Amino acid sequence: MATLPKEQDVLAKAWGPHLNRMEGPRLDTGVEPDKIVPTHCCFCGQQCGINLKVKDNLVIGFEPRYDFPFNKGMLCPKGVKRYLQGGHPDRLTTALQRDPDAAAGFSPMAYDAAIARVASEIERIQSTYGPNAFGVLSGASLTTEKAYLMGKFARVCLKTKYIDYNGRLCMVSAGAANKKAFGIDRAANPWDDILKAEVVLIAGSNTAECSPITTNYVWQARENGGKVIVVDPRITPIARTADIFLPVKPGRDVALFNGILQLMIENDWIDHDFIEKNTTGFEAVAEHVAQWTPRRTAEVTGIAEKSIRAAAELWGTAKTSFLMHARGIEHHSHGVENCLSTINIVLASGRIGKPYCGYGTVVGQGNGQGGREHGQKCDQLPGWRDISNPAHREYIAGVWGVKPEEIPEAGVDCYEMMRKIDAGEIKGLLLICFNPKVSLPDNAFVTRALEKLEFFTVIDFFLSETAQYADIVLPGSLHEEDEGVVAQVEGRVIKINKAVDPPGDATQDWRVIQDIAKALGRSHGFTFESPREIFDELRVASKGGVADYYGITYEKIEAQNGVCWPCPTEDHPGTPRLFEPGSSNPIANGAGPFYFPDGNARFVVPAYRPPAEEVDESYPVILTTGRVVSQFLSGTQTRRIGPLVDQYPEPRVEIHPRLAQKYGIADGDWTTVESRRGTITLRAQVVTSIRPDTVFIPYHWPGRKSANQLTIAAQDPVSKIPEYKVCAVRLRKSEKPADDAETTAPDAARSDITRGGTDDVARTAVQQGR
Amino acid sequence: MARIGNMEFFLDPNRCIGCQSCVAACSECDTHRGHSMIHLQYVERTISVQTVPVVCMHCDSPTCAEVCPADAIKRTDDGVVQTARKPRCIACNNCVLACPFGVPKMQTEFSLMMKCDMCYDRSSVGLKPMCTSVCPSGALYYGTREEIEHLRPRSEPINTFQFGEQTITTKVNMMVPRDAGVQHVDVLSAMEESPVGNAAMLDSVFDDM
Repeated sequence: MATLPKEQDVLAKAWGPHLNRMEGPRLDTGVEPDKIVPTHCCFCGQQCGINLKVKDNLVIGFEPRYDFPFNKGMLCPKGVKRYLQGGHPDRLTTALQRDPDAAAGFSPMAYDAAIARVASEIERIQSTYGPNAFGVLSGASLTTEKAYLMGKFARVCLKTKYIDYNGRLCMVSAGAANKKAFGIDRAANPWDDILKAEVVLIAGSNTAECSPITTNYVWQARENGGKVIVVDPRITPIARTADIFLPVKPGRDVALFNGILQLMIENDWIDHDFIEKNTTGFEAVAEHVAQWTPRRTAEVTGIAEKSIRAAAELWGTAKTSFLMHARGIEHHSHGVENCLSTINIVLASGRIGKPYCGYGTVVGQGNGQGGREHGQKCDQLPGWRDISNPAHREYIAGVWGVKPEEIPEAGVDCYEMMRKIDAGEIKGLLLICFNPKVSLPDNAFVTRALEKLEFFTVIDFFLSETAQYADIVLPGSLHEEDEGVVAQVEGRVIKINKAVDPPGDATQDWRVIQDIAKALGRSHGFTFESPREIFDELRVASKGGVADYYGITYEKIEAQNGVCWPCPTEDHPGTPRLFEPGSSNPIANGAGPFYFPDGNARFVVPAYRPPAEEVDESYPVILTTGRVVSQFLSGTQTRRIGPLVDQYPEPRVEIHPRLAQKYGIADGDWTTVESRRGTITLRAQVVTSIRPDTVFIPYHWPGRKSANQLTIAAQDPVSKIPEYKVCAVRLRKSEKPADDAETTAPDAARSDITRGGTDDVARTAVQQGR
Repeated sequence: MARIGNMEFFLDPNRCIGCQSCVAACSECDTHRGHSMIHLQYVERTISVQTVPVVCMHCDSPTCAEVCPADAIKRTDDGVVQTARKPRCIACNNCVLACPFGVPKMQTEFSLMMKCDMCYDRSSVGLKPMCTSVCPSGALYYGTREEIEHLRPRSEPINTFQFGEQTITTKVNMMVPRDAGVQHVDVLSAMEESPVGNAAMLDSVFDDM
């Protein structure tokens, strides 16, 4: 029964987002903290070091962590204000059950009773419909220990094949392309290799807003004489001073990079020796890209031919370089080909596996790297093992103490799981660290699917827009309430340290999972006492795999400020730069630098395909979506932090003046953007920093402000990433929406259950005669 | 003098990405918690994404102090111009109007002029100011002259500003591209130029423009 218990606005009034601001010990001056805890930011994949100031079990502020080498104290505004997610009026401190009779739509319940109810529903659904009728959706902002545990929990405890995670919306195109071309999926270089690169090519990365710390690396490369090429349909802050700006028409990246490779070949700007010795497949790619003449490339990409030629020459003739890309080229129905087309120009240049010669994808989520390595993906087992490989199954079965045939087969990606829910195949769902109601494309469909669930349970610290559909909500833990490791953008495994205890009945996520296993009577393998114990099992589970963590320990992480995997033995320092002669590589075993038995990298033909939905007469404008610096992903945390909301309170639709003029839209006008799937009305921001054929909307908001009402659920056939970056829309000047009001003050319906544990809640509930 | 010593503040708008990390961190500073003293603005968002952060430039001869009828604004021996002293400040706004950089803020709730004091609680004990600690693009930098020369070979620090007839020298340095070859920043003439940042868009979309 996974429908909203109350109208959306009633739920929002009761459960937020409300805005937390500096007050009390967070505002008072001269407060001496009880302790200062060195840890990392809870948000993006940069994982900046930060020191949290703790007073009376509350994080009251931060001190820059100057000694962490990646960011040296630097932070973006999200990092600065991250501490305001703690001590929040919206925080869930008890378990909740759906209760349409309660004023707030949910009523508190005892934690143990909630766990028992979840277990009995799992039992009921699985015994009625079979084990695969219950699914798990997880997330890449979890620590690696939790991510590992989620994969094990689904396969061993629930015996379901249906588990996937929100990294499906994030890293999978890059991952699949990396695996095809290099045999390993990790940024190939430490970020210090950016500093002295002659050319830095940034494709589809709004670096300054989505990975702000990387900006300093790029600017520093420029100080050292480097040139910057930016590929983006918008002039983002990193593009403002680019030496060459390539405003690609959304969805045409393959054409651009094939065109650049064609010019490299035509002008002999390629490294024949490297191609000969270290790669295979070049001839087929060379033959394929011959059709991408500068003229045709310009026509398809919507970029001036002179700019394409200039970029090819700058890239082609450089001695050192660094190519990085992000969701801008990955969020496409041909995201894998997009990534492969960039890898081809790296391989053709021969500039990889050496100092200042680099390639990497800019990870999005906090554990976007580590969260995709150890088995919460539908087709993966720990250590980047393959769930369909008998040898891999056997090894992991040994670690888990089960028979290989007991490990389920591969499941499906998270969007396909939504389709299976819609089709009635999956009847029950446990979800953690994921807000698909906001983050998945075409979210009217997502709503329809969620409403069909017989039983839906969510582990979260706030009642997210998705958790509002749950039957039972289990109160989970914030980043600063637990410890564990994550792998940041460079593949550096770092340690998150616990600063405070969870409030009330809120419980560390891994304990919640183990409590469910216990209530199911399936505790075997789920009796860990600490994240360190989970990590130690993970080290063994990853041993001998591509993502080999065996030699990494909490102590080594602390001593070295992080350890880059692969790290096969305890005396191994880790591998900051991949593909160097002699670097750890269990697949090639000395045959060559890349992670294939022959040691060679693969050129793969990236055939150009247009986006799934092209513009036409009815929907003549391209919509692309992305982020702003002050918000993070679905905004579950950042839409609750006052200063971050102040910075960019509402999504706006960015429109070039040429396009705006056609529709009579002026800056600040209410504008309706409509696709075949939905409609949104927002204020226009008229700016010359976007292509005249494209509009942009940031996606962090729910409900009528959600960009994902419009986006298309077309997916890459290999990576299954959705095409967030291109769909067709039409525009019109509009009126202010009737319900354009913001709630900021906590509502009385909820205020009685915001603090304390179950006892307080039960008492209040009794007093109110509930 | 010894505590700030040879540490200097360098401002480089060329590097600014408008993320407001400095604004957020400034409000964490213990001398004015909850209030940010940094000004960060788009020059003209419609035609450029260029943003400019402004901190107190800590003038050698501070106009704000010169125009203060209550002698409320003091400059420390190590050259840091402080927020107005509460017992003296009469909230007349003279400093707000007179500062050529537009830095002081009148906090009407306290009847007090407040401004950036280079995080004196931090800088006076050898710590970096908050904004320069967090700035993720190096637009705000605090360090020695040797460090900045090593890190920023393409730019040079300038601390002389021309506002019409008024010449001002400051403790805070503005990084200017070395090839610009200027000895001072002529603020009024710069105000007459429109930013050209986004012209690259149409130029890179169309071959014929």
